[in-house]
Amino acid sequence: MTKRAGMEIAFAAAEAVALCKPEVVAAYPITPNTHIPEHLSDIVADGRINAEFICVESEHSALSACCGASAAGARAFTATSSQGLLFMGEVMPIVSAMRLPVIMAIGNRALSGPINIWNDHSDIMSQRDTGWISLFASNGQEVVDMMIQAFKIGEHRDVLLPVNINLDGFQLTHVVEPILFPEQDEVDQFLPEYKPYATIHPDKPVSMGTLGMPEIFNEAMKAKDMALINSKKVILEIWKEWKEQFGREYAPVTTYKTEGARVLLLTVGSMDETAEVAIDELRERKVPVGLVRLKLWRPFPSEEIRKAVKGAKVLAVMDRAVSCGGAAGPVCAEVKSALYGEQDCPAIVNYIIGLGGRDVTVDDFITIAEKAAKAEKEKPKEAYEIYGVRGS
Amino acid sequence: MSSIVENFDLYAPRLVDKEEYFSAGHRACQGCGEALAIRLMCKALGKDTVIINATGCMEVISSLYPTTAWRLPWIHVAFPNAAAVGSGVEAGLKVLRRKGRIADRDVKTVCIGGDGGTVDIGFQALSGAMERGHDLLYVCFDNEAYMNTGIQRSGATPFGASTTTDPAGSASFGKKAWKKNVPEIMVAHNVPYVATACHSYPLDFMNKVKKAAKVKGPSYIHCLSVCPTGWRLPPEQCIKAGRLAVQTGIFPLYEVEDGRYRITVEMPEKLRPVEDYLKIQGRFRHLIEEDIKIFQERVIQEYNKLLEKIRSLHSWSELKG
Repeated sequence: MTKRAGMEIAFAAAEAVALCKPEVVAAYPITPNTHIPEHLSDIVADGRINAEFICVESEHSALSACCGASAAGARAFTATSSQGLLFMGEVMPIVSAMRLPVIMAIGNRALSGPINIWNDHSDIMSQRDTGWISLFASNGQEVVDMMIQAFKIGEHRDVLLPVNINLDGFQLTHVVEPILFPEQDEVDQFLPEYKPYATIHPDKPVSMGTLGMPEIFNEAMKAKDMALINSKKVILEIWKEWKEQFGREYAPVTTYKTEGARVLLLTVGSMDETAEVAIDELRERKVPVGLVRLKLWRPFPSEEIRKAVKGAKVLAVMDRAVSCGGAAGPVCAEVKSALYGEQDCPAIVNYIIGLGGRDVTVDDFITIAEKAAKAEKEKPKEAYEIYGVRGS
Repeated sequence: MSSIVENFDLYAPRLVDKEEYFSAGHRACQGCGEALAIRLMCKALGKDTVIINATGCMEVISSLYPTTAWRLPWIHVAFPNAAAVGSGVEAGLKVLRRKGRIADRDVKTVCIGGDGGTVDIGFQALSGAMERGHDLLYVCFDNEAYMNTGIQRSGATPFGASTTTDPAGSASFGKKAWKKNVPEIMVAHNVPYVATACHSYPLDFMNKVKKAAKVKGPSYIHCLSVCPTGWRLPPEQCIKAGRLAVQTGIFPLYEVEDGRYRITVEMPEKLRPVEDYLKIQGRFRHLIEEDIKIFQERVIQEYNKLLEKIRSLHSWSELKG
C-alpha cells in the first residue's frame, strides 16, 4: 500500500533514500541541499536504517568517503549543492572511472560569484562531462521516484556508474508537496541488494585506481563513455519496470501538448511545471505552442530529442546556466548538436533564464514563446539571450 | 633474560613475517627508503589490511596498469583524500560486517601518503578523519618534498633544504620556514596513538605499526623516509642518513600513547652534531656555518621540548586515578 504524505521535498528525498537502505552516508552542509542529509542523520540516529553517517569536514571528503565505502562494497549516498559540487569536482570523474555506483542528490544552486545561495543549474553543468548518469526532477514525486530508481540504475551489473539526481534548490528542495511513498516491501521488491563487481577486501585482494599510461588511456575513456551510452538501455528497462510496479511513467524526454505546435519550449527541472501553465494559457488562446521536458541529461537522449521536436518550426531552449563566452547555453548546445543536419530542423533560439534564483514566471514563458515565434521568419542576431536582464 | 634482550636485534628479524605483501618489481628509485618502509609496514600489518594510497611516488611506482605490486587490497583515488577515502572504507566495512555481508573478523583500514599528500594537500582530510575517530591507521611516509613531481618544497621540507621551488641561490639559502610538526598536530587531535619512525630502525617501526594497528580508533605514524634522489645522496647511504637524522636529534623516534610520551630507541648520551647529517646531503650543500648554527640550536631546543613532555605528561588512564 502506497502512502500519501505532504512533505518538504528535501525531507521526502531523504525518506526515499532511506527506503533504499544506504549503508554509508557522508555529507557536508551547504544550502539548499542540507535538509536531505540532516533528515538522513535523524533516520540513522533513530536506528531506522543500519548505516554509518559520516560528518565529513568537506564535500571533497564527502564524495571521497562515498567512493571508499562503495569500493568496500557498501551502498553509499551523498548530497550537495553549488560550490560543494565544485569541491567534489576532483573526485567526480574518478568515481565514474572506478565504476562505483555512488548516488548523489544535487540541490541545484548558482555558483559564486557573487555568492548566491539560490537556484540555477551552473553547478551540475560544470560537472556534466564527468561520466555520471544525470537526472532532472520536475517535482517532489519525481525526486522520490528518481532517488529509488537511481540506486537500481547505478548498481545494475551492465551499468555500474554513479548517478546524480538534480532537484532545483528552494524551488524544489524547500517546497512542501503531496507525495506518494512506496512501502518498504515494495522498494525491497524493486531494488535488490547491492552486489558489487569487486571490492577491496583481503578475502580477494584487488588494486583499484591504478595508474593508466597513454597506451591505455584512450581505451579507458572509451570504456567509460560506452558504459554511459549503454546505460540508457538499462535506464529505459528500469523505468518500464517502475511503471509496471508503481504506475508512474518516466522517459528521457517527455512532451506536453506538442501536437500541431509550431513553437516548442524546452525546459529542464522545476521550470517544467511553470511552463506547462504557460502552455495551457497559450493553447486556450489558440496559440500552437507545446513543451518538451528534458529529464535525462546524461547520457544525452539525442534520439528522443530529435523525435520530440519533429514538425515544429521553432524550438526555444531554456538554459539555467551561462556557458560564458560559449556558443550557447549548455542545454541548447547539446540540443543543437543532436539536431544538426536533421531535415526540417526547427529554428533554435536559446534563453538563459532564472539565474541565481531569479523568479521564472508563467508570464516569462508566454513572453518567450511570443518572442520565439518570430524566429520562424527572422533568425535572432544573438545565439542566446540572457533573459530579463534589468536595464537592457 | 638479559642475554635475550642483548641479542634481540639479531633474532627479531627472523620473527618477521616472510610473506611479501608489497612485491619486488615495482619501479621505485635505487635506495628508496619509502618503498622499504612500505614493505616493512605491510609485513607488520599482515593480510587483514586494506591500503588506501594517496597520489604520490608510491602509487606511481606500484600500480602501473596492468601490473600491481600490491598483494593486499589497495585503492588509490586522488592526492588530498586518502584519509577521507579511508573513512569511507572503514565505515563501509563496519556496516557490512554488522550486517553479516562480509566475514566477521577485524580488517584494518590503513591510509598511506607522502608528506605532500599528508601535511599539505591532504591535511584537511587527515584532520577530519582523526577528529571523527575512525578506526584507521594513517602512515605518512615523509621524504620531505614533492619527490614524485621533481623535488618541490612541501610543508615537511626541513629548514635550509634546497628544492626546485625554493632553491638556494645567491639571495636565498633554500627553505626559510621550519618543518611542519604534524605528529604534534596529531597529538593535539587527541589521537590515542601517535609515533614517529624511520625505516633505518626497522624493528622499532614495525613494532609501532603493530601497536597502532591494534588501537580501536585513529592512530598516526610519521615515518621519515630517506629519498636519495631528492636529498642528493648516494643510494647506498639511505639507511645511514635515516640513522643520522635520529642520532642528531633532528628526527627523534618517539611514541605518544594515550597522551604519554616515550623515546623508543636508544639515543646517544650527547646528540651528534647536525652537521654530520647535513654534510652528506646535496640539498644542504650550500649552507654556511651560520645557517648550520641556527639549525643546530633549533634542533636542540625542539629536542629539549620533547624531553620535557616525556618528563611531565601522564597518560590519560593515569589521569583517571
